[in-house]
Amino acid sequence: MTMLQITDLKAEVAGKPILKGLSLTVHAGEIHAIMGPNGAGKSTTGYVLGGRPGYEVTGGSVSFGGEDLLALAPHERAAAGLFLGFQYPVEIPGVSNVQFLREALNAQRKARGEEPLSGGEFLKLAREKAALLRMDMDMLKRPVNVGFSGGEKKRAEMVQMGILDPKLAILDETDSGLDIDALRICGEGINAIMRKPDKAVLLITHYQRLLDYVKPDYVHVLAGGRIVRTGGPELAHQLEREGYEAVA
Amino acid sequence: MNTATALLPTRRDEDFRYADLGALERVWPVAVEEIAVPAGEVCERVIVPEGEAVARHLAITLAPGASLDLRVLNAGHAYGRIALDVRLERGARFTLGAAQVGGAGQVLELVTNVVHAGPDASSRQIIRSVLGGEAIGTYLGKVMVARGADGTDGEQSVRAMLLDRTATANARPELEIYADDVKCTHGCAVGELDANGLFYLQSRGLPPAEAKRLMLQAFLAKAFVGAGEEERLDEAALAALEALL
Repeated sequence: MTMLQITDLKAEVAGKPILKGLSLTVHAGEIHAIMGPNGAGKSTTGYVLGGRPGYEVTGGSVSFGGEDLLALAPHERAAAGLFLGFQYPVEIPGVSNVQFLREALNAQRKARGEEPLSGGEFLKLAREKAALLRMDMDMLKRPVNVGFSGGEKKRAEMVQMGILDPKLAILDETDSGLDIDALRICGEGINAIMRKPDKAVLLITHYQRLLDYVKPDYVHVLAGGRIVRTGGPELAHQLEREGYEAVA
Repeated sequence: MNTATALLPTRRDEDFRYADLGALERVWPVAVEEIAVPAGEVCERVIVPEGEAVARHLAITLAPGASLDLRVLNAGHAYGRIALDVRLERGARFTLGAAQVGGAGQVLELVTNVVHAGPDASSRQIIRSVLGGEAIGTYLGKVMVARGADGTDGEQSVRAMLLDRTATANARPELEIYADDVKCTHGCAVGELDANGLFYLQSRGLPPAEAKRLMLQAFLAKAFVGAGEEERLDEAALAALEALL
């Protein structure tokens, strides 16, 4: 089943074209890695799919589960099952993770016509997902990302993903800022939460290292705003050895 | 210290520079309410004024070692003015946590005049305002440290969040120090909601109004941290916010 279909997508930021005809098809059950040099449009791809203000689509289309993704507001995209893992998770002073995530989850459930989770049900779910990422529950009672180290922020993102249980996760450099142990924990978390027949992942990364834990089915090279090469997991190794310039 | 007079103030009077004089006229003269906390006693007060036009003037005296925790929610009226004259004797403690929430053409103001008359007293003022529409929110806060009031610890933290470009926040923290060994800090900032934060919350499924409400709720909550009636104040502030969004 086709989950995400990006066709000839063009987008600009502050009048500057970044995506110049990106096409990509992701089926349920697949993990795709998008690699590429700085400035290739990797983060822009994530933000455009997430609906971030300031990222203007100037051409092409994106269909998500048969729906026109670009016609949806960011919160509607989330309710439709899209999760965007941020390269730089944002600090929200005063708002606890627990409160934020419960409200976010229940807003999604409401949009889908489902009953809200009670406080008890939510805490049980949060505890389970926090344990998966080896995150202390006390940290989830603290304000969103405030005072978290780089690695803690990324693990907290994965806890959020586990709680929100999306169909498609677009993870923008989840591996940046992680030490070796945290990289493994995040990688295992992604597998546990997302490697399922009805889910899919788009991993945006610079490096091969995360792909040692989360084995992609496809690796794409993004350069100059479009995908210039697609291969299997071996392409990531080749990129690591030979560099983007030689391969793309 | 000012006491109520029959004469309506004018804009030349600094304390009334941003007041809605038309509304003030309807409630003038304002009787001064005296609060005297005896030596060593601990007192808590909450002021959540109601009505279309409200003006209160409190004269507070804190005897040696006395302590007052005062929380104010100034919201929901066309005109709301709270004026506080506070006098601290040796070792007294004064805490003010105040939130102002207004939209449309509401005029909300908080005018404080805190005098550290004796040594080793502390005053802590935390003011948070959320203003939308054409609302005007004002904080005029003077801290005066008298000669000999060494060991004074004074803090003013003033922040306002503007939801619309048409809203106005006035903030004027002032210090007047005649003693040597004092610690007085003031911070003041007027801003808008962080767009990155709003997108982040929405990307997790919160509709825009909910995302805003959550961030503003957290912003206002700072004024009520540690209050005996923290929960009730948070709820009242939330109701005022929801009326605004």
